[in-house]
Amino acid sequence: MRALFKPVFLILAVATISLFAQTTTPTPATAVIDSPALAQPQPAPVIAAVLPPSPVLAPEKPIDSGDTAWVLMATALVFLMTAPGLALFYGGLVRRKNILSVLMQCMSLMFALSLLWVMFGYSLSFGPDIHGLIGSTAWFGLNHVSLTHPFRDAATGLSYAPTIPHALFMLYQMMFAVITPALIIGAYAERIRFAPFMLFSILWSFAVYYPVCHWMWGIGGFLGSMNTSGTGAVDFAGGIVVHITAGISALAAALFLGKRKGYPDKMSPPHNLPLAVIGAGLLWFGWFGFNAGSALGANGLAVSAMLTTHIAGATAGLTWAGLDWIINRKPTMLGAITGAVGGLATITPASGFVDLWGAIAIGILAGLIPFLFVMVLKPRLNLDDTLDAWGVHGVGGIIGSIAVGLFANPLINGRTGMIYGNSSLFVSQLKAVGIVAVYSLTVSFLLMKLVDKISPMRASDHEERVGLDLTQHKESAYTVID
Amino acid sequence: MKYIIAIIQPDRMDDVLDELTHQGIHLATVSEVMGRGRQKGISEVYRSHRESGGLLRKVKIEIAVNDEFLPAALAAVKKGGHTGHVGDGKVFVFDLEHVMRIRTGEEGPAAIG
Repeated sequence: MRALFKPVFLILAVATISLFAQTTTPTPATAVIDSPALAQPQPAPVIAAVLPPSPVLAPEKPIDSGDTAWVLMATALVFLMTAPGLALFYGGLVRRKNILSVLMQCMSLMFALSLLWVMFGYSLSFGPDIHGLIGSTAWFGLNHVSLTHPFRDAATGLSYAPTIPHALFMLYQMMFAVITPALIIGAYAERIRFAPFMLFSILWSFAVYYPVCHWMWGIGGFLGSMNTSGTGAVDFAGGIVVHITAGISALAAALFLGKRKGYPDKMSPPHNLPLAVIGAGLLWFGWFGFNAGSALGANGLAVSAMLTTHIAGATAGLTWAGLDWIINRKPTMLGAITGAVGGLATITPASGFVDLWGAIAIGILAGLIPFLFVMVLKPRLNLDDTLDAWGVHGVGGIIGSIAVGLFANPLINGRTGMIYGNSSLFVSQLKAVGIVAVYSLTVSFLLMKLVDKISPMRASDHEERVGLDLTQHKESAYTVID
Repeated sequence: MKYIIAIIQPDRMDDVLDELTHQGIHLATVSEVMGRGRQKGISEVYRSHRESGGLLRKVKIEIAVNDEFLPAALAAVKKGGHTGHVGDGKVFVFDLEHVMRIRTGEEGPAAIG
């Protein structure tokens, strides 16, 4: 462990220096790319002498302050989704002896994966394309990531976000890179040891998240639409990149680690449902940043995405609670929040492509199909997906990503789904879902085998009995007398 | 009739209740308590959390049985609660004077179980 500190510290130092160099002296390369006007001959030397063209003060395409303000806010909203949103949602659903372990896992991922993102992750995900498979390491330590200028790819002329600073887009994406491995916690909660959990999450980011993120969202990625022809699969805010990768890996984790002791006969109900409800509410709140923020501007598309997000969440919550009422006699609070979160996860890839009616259709599917998976199929399969990370996020992500190919309304964002008479998007979606699902399942399984060799992932019988709070962190969430 | 109070490790509660069920003993009342024994609340690492005032977290199980079930109940608590470590707890047995089932008004040995 101690041997690790030195290289980590060195990396930090190098990154700090390169970032500092970046802020103080804008690199000429960025300036040239962003300001082709500078290459043109100056009209008169006198004016040039009075007003020297400065890449910082007068960029060719200035940033839009409204867009920048909204994405800054949206970034903070997505931060809120991991901690405390997801942390409390999951924390309230586990038994009282394990709540701190879940909170600590979410918080630790926030720490570690944020650093990992500025060092390697952003470059590997969004950096200059290598054969459509992965980004290069050219933006290691945020090298070439401007704090003031938007980014435009010199070769293709494409831009991730043409009206906001490049570093803001990087920050916004960082929050996605943090929450994605955190979603998997739902599958192995209550029975995973802390050190192998951290190791797995870090390796998983490198092996699954960064590549898939590049395939779908990176310029030149082989599955997505970030190419000059503008064709390929779409994923507005992370149905494939976030929910399918995490949800399918959650399935792998639940299969790999096996059932908790006493599952399913002796499982206690959630130890603090109100906490889970607060968590779900915060997730919903943050989801406006997640989906509407993915418009990367304060514009009509953001409004549309917020509308579809909210309506799909509400529809799915209502659907699940209704099914609960019909099948289990009573509408449950747990069912209501599970349905709502499922609806929000399902609409994510479609939020910027479908209209109101598409959102309602997706909301109904998102209440119905995960309900069948969680309430009907899961008990029969004897699969212990502790907090339904697979049943809700995985299944929801798949439904939503395929549904884009059905319900995408060309008037919203220019892409046309099957019901509007175009099947090519549907085919692209199926292909992307299939490839990413198989890839995530396989790689996660192999990674768990590897990590398990280094340090056993599954908590021992004793650790599981006493609880992860005491055995992994030596703390208890609640006292008895004081 | 006997009244048994067993103070056990919190993480053994399920095992003790299982063993009691095996012996046909279903009546049990469980509470979370804090206490200390000869080790004066000094906790073994990870075994239980060290609390303020030197008290450790325990589970108290109270069981009422008819006399012939006493040996089975004691054996069940021992089997389910034994880890061999300091802090496994104690069992106290009392004579039970009277029992009444509220719903039916039954009294005495018939009201147990």
